[in-house]
Amino acid sequence: MSAQMPFLRRPGTVLAMRYAAAILLTIFFVFPVYWLFIISFKTPDEIFAFPPVWYPESIQFANYRVLFKDGDAETVWNSLILAGVSTVIAMVLGTICAYSLVRFKTGGENLAVWIISQRMMPPIAIVFPIFLLYVFFGWVDSFHGLIILYTAFSLPYVIWMMRGYIEDLPLELEESALVDGCTRWEVLWKVVFPMVRSGLFATAVFTFVFAWNDFLFALVLTRTEVITYTVQVTHYFGGQSNFWAKIAAMSVLGTIPVFFTVATLQRYLVRGISMGAVKG
Amino acid sequence: MSESTASAMVGASGVATPAGVAPDRFFKYWLIVPAIFLLLLVGLFPLIYSLVVSFQSLTMLEMDYSFAGLTNYIALFKDARLWESLLHTVLITVIALPIELVVGLLMAQLFLERLPGRQIFVSLLVLPTIISPIVAGATWRLLFDNRYGPINQIIGWLASEPMPLLWTINPNLVYPAILLCEIWQWTPFMFLILLAALSNVDKSLTEAAEIDGAGYWRTFFKIVLPSIWPVMAIAILIRGLDLARIFDIIYALTAGGPGTMTETASIYAYVQGFQQFETSYTAAMAFLIIALLTALVTWAIRRMGLAK
Repeated sequence: MSAQMPFLRRPGTVLAMRYAAAILLTIFFVFPVYWLFIISFKTPDEIFAFPPVWYPESIQFANYRVLFKDGDAETVWNSLILAGVSTVIAMVLGTICAYSLVRFKTGGENLAVWIISQRMMPPIAIVFPIFLLYVFFGWVDSFHGLIILYTAFSLPYVIWMMRGYIEDLPLELEESALVDGCTRWEVLWKVVFPMVRSGLFATAVFTFVFAWNDFLFALVLTRTEVITYTVQVTHYFGGQSNFWAKIAAMSVLGTIPVFFTVATLQRYLVRGISMGAVKG
Repeated sequence: MSESTASAMVGASGVATPAGVAPDRFFKYWLIVPAIFLLLLVGLFPLIYSLVVSFQSLTMLEMDYSFAGLTNYIALFKDARLWESLLHTVLITVIALPIELVVGLLMAQLFLERLPGRQIFVSLLVLPTIISPIVAGATWRLLFDNRYGPINQIIGWLASEPMPLLWTINPNLVYPAILLCEIWQWTPFMFLILLAALSNVDKSLTEAAEIDGAGYWRTFFKIVLPSIWPVMAIAILIRGLDLARIFDIIYALTAGGPGTMTETASIYAYVQGFQQFETSYTAAMAFLIIALLTALVTWAIRRMGLAK
C-alpha cells in the first residue's frame, strides 16, 4: 500500500525526515554545551589553535587543578551552602504557609494571588533597596544576607507548588490523627509532610536550581567572602581576551551538579518549570 | 463522611481538638507569619524604601536627605538613555518570545508522535534550559570568539573564505548574537511545556474533527490551540517576565555595549546604582520599573484570561 503513496507521504520517509529534524535540532542545542565541556579538557595549545580544534587529543584535568589550587573552586562550595540552606528554609516555611492557605483558606484567594505576584517582581528593582538595607546592617558579603534573599525569592514558587500538592491530599488521615490526640503541629510534621514527600522533593530541586543559577543578587551583594561560582565565572572575562580554560572549567564545575539533580528527577521536570500549569 | 464535613472538621478551629487542649485559633496565622514576613521584606520594603529615597537627592557619596520633590522623576522622563534601554528590552522581548514559542511548538509537534529514542532526544534538548544564564552567556562568548570560536569557522567554511566576525562588538551583529543565545537557552523550555500540554489534548476530539473533514490547520486552531492555551499562556507569561528583566546573558556577552547599544532596563539600572552610585535616581528608576511591570502583568493576566 505504501508503494502507491507519494514518496513524501510514505511512513518510512516521514519517519526518516522526523529523525533528520530531531538530530539537527539536537546538534544545535547540544553543541554549545559540548564545546564548553571540551574546552575545559583542552591544553592551552588546543584552545588557541587556529583553526579551532573540534575535539581534544586527550582528556586532561590541568584546567581544573588550577581552580582547586588557587582556591577558586571554593566558590562552588559557597553556591552549595547558599542554595542548600535557603532551599531547606524556603521548603519548610513555604509548605506550612501553603498548608494554611489550603486547609484554612487563610487570606482567601487574594492572599494567594498577592503571593504569586511577588514572583513577578523584577530582581534589579528589589536588589537595589535590599543592598542599601544590607549596607546599613553590615550584611553585605555575608552568607545569611544572601540566604534570606534567596529564601524570600523562592517562597512564592514553593507556596504556589505546594498548594497544588496539598490540595490533592485526602483529608481523612489528618482528621483521624486529630481524633487520635495529635496536636495540629504533630499532624503537620507526622502526616502532612510525609504525604507530600514527592512534591517536596520536586519543588526543592527547582528552588535549589534557582538559587544555584542566580547571578545578579550574588554580583551585587558579595565582595570577597561568599562569591558564588556564577560571579567567579565573570571574573575571568577580559576586555580583549578571556581566560578560556578557567571560564570553561569553572562553568562545568557549576553545571555538573545541576545536570545530576535534574537527570535524577526528570519526571518532575515539566510540572516544576511550568509552575504547576501542567500536572504530571 | 462527606468531603465538606471532613473539611469543616479539620478546617474549622478546634472541632476535633481533644479535650484539655485549648483550640488554637491562631494556628493558621502562625503558619503563614514567617513566610509573609520574608515576602514583605523583599516585596513591600523595596517598594516603600525606593519611593521614599526617590524623593531625596542621595548618592553613595553625599547623604542629602532633604526633600527633593519630583526632581528625580522629571530627570527620568528626560533621560534618553533610560527610554532607549526600555526600547532595547522591548525589542529583545518581541523578537525572542514569538520565535521561542513557534519553534518550541514545532519541536513539540515533531516529538508528539511515537519516535523511537524520543526520551534520549528530549533529555538532551533540555540541557540549555537548566544551566545558569550566566554560564550560557559565557559559553556563547567563547563560541562567538572572532578567532578561536567555532561559529566564525563554520561561517568561513560556508563562505569559503575566513570570516573574522566581531559578534559582540560589531553594531550589526550584537543583537543577533544576544538573540541567538537567548533563543538557544529558552526554546527548550517552551518545547518541554508545550510537549506536555499537547500530550494531554484529548485524542478523540482531534480524530472526530478529522473524520468530519476538518483539515490539519483547522483542527489545530479550533481544537488543539484552545485546549493547550491555559498552559501556553502561563509559559508566555513566565518567559515574557524573564525577558523583561533580561540581565545575565547581556552582562556576559556585551555588558550593554558597544557604547550603550544593547543596554536593557536591568543593565542600565545596575550601571546607575552600582557604577555611578546615583542612589536616589536609581531608586526612582526601580520604582518606575516595578510600576511599569506590575501594570503590564496585570493587563496580561486579564487579557489572557488567567485570573480566576
